[in-house]
Amino acid sequence: MSQMYAIFKRELGSFFATPLAYVFIVIFLLAIGAFTFYLGQWYEAGEASLRGFFGFHPWLYLFLIPAISMRMWAEERKSGTMELLLTLPAPFWASVVGKYLAAWAFAAIALVLTFPIWITVNYLGEPDNGVIFASYIGSLLMAGGYLAIGSCMSAVTTNQVIAFVLSVVVCFLFTLSGLPLVLDFFAGWVPQAVLNTIAGFSFVTHFDAIMDGVIDVRDIVYFASLIAFWLVATGIVIDLKRAG
Amino acid sequence: MSGSGSSSPMIEISGLTKRFGPFVAVDNVSFDVPKGQVLGFLGPNGAGKSPSMKMITGFLAMTVGDVRVCGHDVETNPMAAQKRMGYLPEGAPAYGEMTPIDFLRFIAEIRGLRGADAANAIGLAVERTTLAPVLDQPIETLSKGFKRRVGLAQAILHDPDVLIMDEPTDGLDPNQKHQVRLLIQEMSQDKAIIISTHILEEVEAVCDRALIIDRGRIVADGTPAELMGRSRWHDAVTMTAEFAAAEDVAAADAALRALPGTSSVEHSEGDGPSNSFTIFAAPRPDDTSPPLAEQVAVLAQDKGWQVKALYAEKGRLDEVFRMLTHSDAPDGGKPDIVAHEEISA
Repeated sequence: MSQMYAIFKRELGSFFATPLAYVFIVIFLLAIGAFTFYLGQWYEAGEASLRGFFGFHPWLYLFLIPAISMRMWAEERKSGTMELLLTLPAPFWASVVGKYLAAWAFAAIALVLTFPIWITVNYLGEPDNGVIFASYIGSLLMAGGYLAIGSCMSAVTTNQVIAFVLSVVVCFLFTLSGLPLVLDFFAGWVPQAVLNTIAGFSFVTHFDAIMDGVIDVRDIVYFASLIAFWLVATGIVIDLKRAG
Repeated sequence: MSGSGSSSPMIEISGLTKRFGPFVAVDNVSFDVPKGQVLGFLGPNGAGKSPSMKMITGFLAMTVGDVRVCGHDVETNPMAAQKRMGYLPEGAPAYGEMTPIDFLRFIAEIRGLRGADAANAIGLAVERTTLAPVLDQPIETLSKGFKRRVGLAQAILHDPDVLIMDEPTDGLDPNQKHQVRLLIQEMSQDKAIIISTHILEEVEAVCDRALIIDRGRIVADGTPAELMGRSRWHDAVTMTAEFAAAEDVAAADAALRALPGTSSVEHSEGDGPSNSFTIFAAPRPDDTSPPLAEQVAVLAQDKGWQVKALYAEKGRLDEVFRMLTHSDAPDGGKPDIVAHEEISA
């Protein structure tokens, strides 16, 4: 456990040792602001809620989260530090989980920095803060899901650009499967159960459910098992590559 | 904890094999390293040095074999083995954005060193690798020599019983090389050390034992002196002398060939009267006859030659190395066993 904490600390510190962290946070905040106020027409909607704000999160994450995760293992392998890390007396899972949690903590920091918008909406009206809080939790879980996929894609290759592209593609599939675009294609000719399963794979379906203000155990289980699945996959990929 | 007693070797390797598909990178390698020994792992590029070290340290999974470090099986109990081991991977990788001090603190934390223990260990490692001037600069901005020393500091931080270093002096300037070799010698007393290198002078300088590996197999194992003894140049004598006439040169050549210790003589003409002879030694069945250098010296004195230089060779490790190993040419070389006979013949 202490080794995992050491790896977590080192990894989180390394985000802030380079301009990456600051560039990421600034772009994330600018983009989320622009989306919410211009595309989302937040003022025009005249509604004291952050639904519009959170509605853009899956799409923003789709491109920004892979930018966080792409270096996670690809760089480690390319620079040879992976050999160092994996020959230190730390359990293998401590590296996989520690690095993942660091990336997640970084995403959480970026998310927390959107707090002015929460203050603004409270200043302008009387929103349901319970719903907003639940939505923040949901957004964080969703970011965790994207990051777990990104972790595995980063383990596949030494090239960060390839890791980024693979992550976006896989994340896109997990986002898309809950949209009418995909569901309408299947609707009508596949049983409802199958349709529900396809929709059930989507981040958006579960995130929407949480955005209604109810944190359902099923949604938590969905994100938790998705994260666990992709982290185990990360471990397997690294182990396979290690075996040569 | 069986096998971790002081009597048994600290590194035990038997039948170590690594296959990448049909390619056999390491082929049934077995050797032990006791405490106090510095083992030089030699071989041409691609001979299997790095995969072997990666398997010993538990990074690369072995296809077949058994590796024990301080009695701990690397495959079944890697963490126990890794705790006792320091490893400098090829190229001395480190996290470039970190400063050496942060990097060493991270390593100390992973290795379970806390508080004063960690501070002492880091202090000692920094002192031994003379890293103090660059402790607060990002590692990626450091010179190659300092980067390598950061890697070394990391490997020796916890004062390990076993030290594995993949090309520890690669890319260092002669002063830095010397420094690293001194460090290795200094630490060798209470550790078992394996270093891989293709710098042959390094083997002579720091290793008690050299292991030559070629195409994944061990082709020679002995002290550097023993390996040099296999060289054609072992005990050979090079003499430069001045002769007035060509007949004198021919006479000298004949006299040198007639010496009981001589196996063959090579002659080359220098500037003007200067002539150079290389007299190769025949194997000495017993140690009663005087060494070839002495025989040549006595002969030169008797004949009154104008000797300008006379020196004896210990043997040339690079020649032995070339004889035992093949570079890239697949199956271009002779079988190893023939090579061995050639030397002793």
